[in-house]
Parts: sequence; C-alpha cells; structure tokens
Amino acid sequence: MEKLEVLEKKEVKKETISGAEAVVKCLLNEGIDLVYGYPGGAIMPVYDEFYKRKDEFTHIMTRHEQGAIHAAQGMARATGNVGVVIATSGPGATNLVTGIADAQIDSTPLVCITGQVGAHLLGTDAFQETDIISISTPVTKWNYQITDAKEIPEVLAKAFYIAKSGRPGVVLIDITKNAQFDKLDFEYKKCNHIRSYVPVPKYDLSKIKEAAELINNAKKPFIIMGQGVILAKAEQYFKEFIEKTGIPTSQTALGLSGLETNHRLNVGMVGMHGHYAPNKKTNECDVLIAIGMRFDDRVTGNLSKYATQAKVIHLDIDPAEISKNVKADVGVLGDIKETLPLLTDYVKAKEHKVWLQQFKDLYKEEYKEVIKDQLSPSKKGLTMGESLEAINKYTKGDAIIVSDVGQHQMFACRYAKFNKTRSNITSGGLGTMGFALPAAIGAKVGMPNREVVAVIGDGGYQMTIQELGTIFQHKMAVKIVVLNNSFLGMVRQWQELFFDKRYASTEMVNPDFQTIAKGYDIACNKVSKREDLDKSVKAMLDHDGAYFLEIIIEKEDNVFPMVPTGASVSDIRLK
Amino acid sequence: MERQLYTISIYTENNIGLLTRISTVFLKRHYNIESLNVSATEIDNVHRFTIVTFISTDEAVKLITQLEKQIEVIKAYYHKEDEVIYHQTSLFKIKSNLLFEEKEIQNIIKHSSSRIVTINKEFFAIEKSGREQEIKELYDQLLPYGIMQFVKSGRVSVSKTEMEITKLLKSIKN
Ligand SMILES: Cc1ncc(C[n+]2csc(CCOP(=O)(O)OP(=O)(O)O)c2C)c(N)n1
Repeated sequence: MEKLEVLEKKEVKKETISGAEAVVKCLLNEGIDLVYGYPGGAIMPVYDEFYKRKDEFTHIMTRHEQGAIHAAQGMARATGNVGVVIATSGPGATNLVTGIADAQIDSTPLVCITGQVGAHLLGTDAFQETDIISISTPVTKWNYQITDAKEIPEVLAKAFYIAKSGRPGVVLIDITKNAQFDKLDFEYKKCNHIRSYVPVPKYDLSKIKEAAELINNAKKPFIIMGQGVILAKAEQYFKEFIEKTGIPTSQTALGLSGLETNHRLNVGMVGMHGHYAPNKKTNECDVLIAIGMRFDDRVTGNLSKYATQAKVIHLDIDPAEISKNVKADVGVLGDIKETLPLLTDYVKAKEHKVWLQQFKDLYKEEYKEVIKDQLSPSKKGLTMGESLEAINKYTKGDAIIVSDVGQHQMFACRYAKFNKTRSNITSGGLGTMGFALPAAIGAKVGMPNREVVAVIGDGGYQMTIQELGTIFQHKMAVKIVVLNNSFLGMVRQWQELFFDKRYASTEMVNPDFQTIAKGYDIACNKVSKREDLDKSVKAMLDHDGAYFLEIIIEKEDNVFPMVPTGASVSDIRLK
Repeated sequence: MERQLYTISIYTENNIGLLTRISTVFLKRHYNIESLNVSATEIDNVHRFTIVTFISTDEAVKLITQLEKQIEVIKAYYHKEDEVIYHQTSLFKIKSNLLFEEKEIQNIIKHSSSRIVTINKEFFAIEKSGREQEIKELYDQLLPYGIMQFVKSGRVSVSKTEMEITKLLKSIKN
C-alpha cells in the first residue's frame, strides 16, 4: 500500500498548462465530470477546455444561470455529492445569486465558478464587471477571487473541501480572465485540512451520557429529525436509535424521506403546515430530541411558546446552531454519524406505546377534518392532495419528488410517500419559486435510474419555464406535474385568511401550457376530471422520456392544518 | 436583554476580503460597530480584529459562534468593559499661534498627559492616548480654541484573562 503511494507520487509530474485547463483538471481530480452552466466572455477559456475534453467531461447548458445552479443543487441533493456550476462575469454571476442563497441556507454542497474581467481591469467598472465576491459574501460558506493562474489548484482543492466538509455549503471561486489564460506548473493535491477551520467539532462523551440519561428517564420523549441526518448519511444509525428507544419521530420539511413515511414510529412533519399530532405534541413532550435540524421559525412558530415544558437535547454539527433559537439543555456537538450510534449504545430499549398511540389518535382527527376531504373530495374540482395520492399510487413511494414553493409544495411534503432517502427535494430555507424544474433536471441527471417527478405550481413554473429547453435538448426523462389553480395559491390563501380576501396580484392569466410543452416537443396532457386523474398520471409515468402533466386544481383550496404566524405550534388550526 | 459595550477580539488568517466577511456578520444582525481596529498579533500571519459593539450578553455569545463559523476566523472572544485593558489614541491639529497666544492651552496639554508630536509655523499636533472618556475631555477643553483636525483610532485592547490562541494554534498544527 505504502509502496503504491510512493509510486503514485512519483508519477505526479508537474506539467505546464493554462489556468483554464487547470480548472478542468482540478474538477476531474475531484471526481467531477459533469457541470451545469452558461458561457460568456469572461469564462470562455474554460469553455474552450470543456470543448477539448468533450469525451471525458460533460457541460450541461441550461437556459439561464439560475437554472444551472438549481440543477446543480438538485443533483447535489439527490446524490450527496458536490454540485458544480459555472457562469460568466457580471450578469452571469449575479444570476447565480438566488441559487447560492438557496443552497447555502439549505446546506447544499456547491462549488460555483465564475469568470471575471482581467485583473488589470478590476475596479474600473469594466464591461461585465461586478464585484461578485462582495455580493456573495453573506450567502457563501467561503469565496475567493483568483487573479493568478498559479493559485488555481490549491484554491479549488480548498473549495471542494470546504463545500462538502462539516456542515456543507456554497463556495464561490471567481477567476479573472488573465488567470485562465496564463500558464502554471500544474500539480493537484486534495485538501483535507485548513488550520482555521474545524468542520467537525469533537464530541463530548459526557454530553452524550447526559442526553442518554434524559432520554432513559423520559415519559413522553419526542424526536424531530432534520436534513442533518441525511447530510451526515446517518439514516441507518438514526433508524437504529429510534427503533431501540421507541420514540415517536417527526421530520422537518427537509428531513422528509430520511425515514420512510410508513415507518411505525414516523408521526409526520412538524411546522407551519405540518401534521397535527407532532405540532400539538411538541408542547406536551417532556424531552424534545432535535437531530440535525435548526429550529427554523417555520418549524417553531412563536418561540416563546415553543416546547417550554420540555428538556431539549440538540444534536448538530454546527456549534452556531446549538441554542441559537431554542435553548438546548444538552447540546451534543459533532458528526451525527459518530454521536448517534454512541447515544444508541447508552439508551435503554423501550416502547412508548401509550404515548405513540396519542399521536395516532390525533392523526385520526386530522384525517377526519383535513385529509379525507383531500383524498376523496366533496368538491367538484380536483385537489392537490388527491393529485399527490395518484402519484403515490404509481410510483409506490420510490420516486424523487422535487417540489417548488407554495401550496403544492406543502401538499407534496404532506402527502407524498417516501421509501428512500434523498427523495424529497425542495427549497426549504429560502422558499425559492422556480426551484423545482431545474432542480428536477439535476436530480434526474444525478440519479438517472430513479423516477423524478417535479411538482410545481402554475406561478413557480413560469419563473424557470425556460428550462424546458434544457430538457428538450438533452432528452431528460423528467416528469413535470403542474398543479394549476390559476392563482399564486399560497399568497392567495393568506389573503383569504388574513387580508379579508383582497386578492392583490395573485390571480394568474396563464398561457396554454400544452402548447408550450409541444413547442419543446415534450409529451403532454391536461386533466381536469377526477375519473381521468389516475390514468393520466399512469400514462405520464409509463411514458419513456420527459412528460408534462397539467392538473387543473380547484381554484380556491387551502392548505391545512396551519400554524398562523405568531401563534404557538399547539394552536395549530385544522381549518 | 440589557445591552452593553462588548469588546470582540477576532483572531484570523491574514487574508484579503475578511473585513467584508466579518462586518457582514455584524450587519446581518443589525449591530452597529462602534470602533474597529485590525492589526498584526504576537503570532506570525495571524491578525486580530478588535471590534467594539453595543449588544446583550446573549447576542455576544451567538455573535462569537457566527464569527467562528467563518472559515478564516481562527477564534473569537467577547469581553465586557471591566474584563479588558484598552486604549485608543487620538491626534489634534491646532493653529500654532494659539500655543503662544492662549496660555491655557499649555496647561491643558500638561494636565491631560498628552504630548506635542510636531510643531511648525502653521500648526502643531497633539497626541493623546487613553480611554475614550479622557480623549473626550481633552477634546471638550480644546474645542473652544478651535481644532483644525481631530482623529481618533479604534480601540486596542488586551484581555485580563488569557486568550488561549497560541495554545490553540499549536494544538491544531499537531
Ligand atoms: C421567487 C419568489 N417570489 C415570491 C415568493 C412568494 N410566494 C410564496 S408562495 C407564492 C405563490 C406560489 O404560487 P404557485 O407557484 O402558483 O403555487 P401554489 O401556491 O398555487 O401551489 C409566492 C408568490 C417566493 N416564494 N419566491
């Protein structure tokens, strides 16, 4: 083994190449052979290298840089690998900003590479010069401007290390044009240490024991699982932990699919439009165990009335999250992949039958008041709930569901069934409309053998609808379901409930989406009758290739339950 | 929670762009920076930001974790006023003729333990180091005579207790 390494080292010969070529070689060294992007003046040398390496390297040109970055996000979320996106300077770079903010707040590992004007032009308001470093600073984990070709290997190695280690995030590397043209002696060494950066804090065994003690003595313990479990690839350890302790387990929107929907201990989603039982029980449990989640305000509602009766145990990799919003009685820092198995060792095997049954009883109430009318509606128009149920019926819960932002998103989170991890891809922290279509592209590219269904509102669809062009050009088998209620539904719901039905700028006059799909040569269908729903969903899923299905939804339907802004989670409304 | 002056000491790598990143952490939370000083430290290639801000203890605790989250921040500390020894320095530029025409000015200089650092035909410059309040007092005394220019530095401070940055860096290297 050692000998081999010595041999390998000897073989690493320095070669003199251009900065642009170095960029591509760095990517290949990091195992990246596919990126999303959009060309332009300041990044052309790198594109020229892509061209020369067409056989070993794929560049997917989207129709807008926002599409490129959401696609990279979708791929990263579906696969767990770093997504890479590339754009030119100025407008190319600024078009990435929404995606950067989105990925950063949802802890998605991304490396963004932007071209920049030549170093001698920096600060002169040159053509297509924007200070993307300053613009992106508050929304990146790290960023850096390369002005000298020699810096490229080391900086890109650092970029990948930072993006994926610890709590993942976004790194932006801005490369001036001269640095792309200039020559360097290329040698690539992966980065695995930065002295000022501690990606994984060392766990403290005494905290784990303290947590175990609390859990062992708890009468009504309750777990909230966040995306941290998925990011840590600790789903199996998580399952072992809950199965041993028998604790009712809920998920945040981003935690969904980390535990299969039908698991006997899964009691659903917490938060503003989460399930009734977990929201109610948050304010009844005696020990609240938060694992890889960050107590977002959409999860907690009114913080001063949130779980005040409970002892809080918080497991997270990010020290800044412990006691940020909800004070932790026991904060267990560290990689969940390490801390969870240890915790499992220290906890006693238990069942919480009566306590768990209380969740099931509340679910029955929710079913009666809310879910039943979604699944077998009394209304004439189709509902979002039954649309999702039709999708479940034929995907059997094996598909990746990529949802956009709005009512349909909450319906997707609430009604979609998940059997496999990394199957719920949605813009959680930022709530970016327009996310789903390009993210679904990325998910499909990353996981070609999985069914990918994008569930989108008629509003959000039109924010990145141009990406139909990408699907068309690259023949991507993405299934697109638009739940068309002719409204910006979620905003309309708030107007109905809190603004006396003053529907300011939420009614949509939509184009003929069928014609648009046809223009891109994408198979399509539109359904508005209940009796046609199942078969049209089946036809979509049976179709080999991309498919656009428009489902006409009852116009003024609402998502319930709901925790109104400022209310406590236990004041969740069923109607 | 009650707000008070905190001295935030941030040890960082000596890298370009870090000032923006650090000030962003303050800006994002709407904390005003009362004073800012950046300098080299006793450790090679390690810089120190000394920032004074008016926040609550709870905010200070969280601010530190957010600062330490920045990749190139090595370590950050917060201290209350009585936990640090601090100084600021200031310069006053005043017309030279006043030194001879207004006798009182000489007394003011003497009693404030400030010193004249330069003098020429047109103006002379006084340097005064000390705590905020002492500088303010001198300013108030000189103001009636006319100050041509006044400038005050950001705070520099050392903590009374140890900031274990050297030890920390050693442990990281090993
Ligand atoms: C880029 C962006 N702009 C505005 C919003 C505010 N917003 C949240 S949901 C929503 C309505 C979404 O409407 P639609 O896509 O039709 O989905 P529906 O709610 O009807 O399911 C809006 C405007 C947002 N989340 N993102």
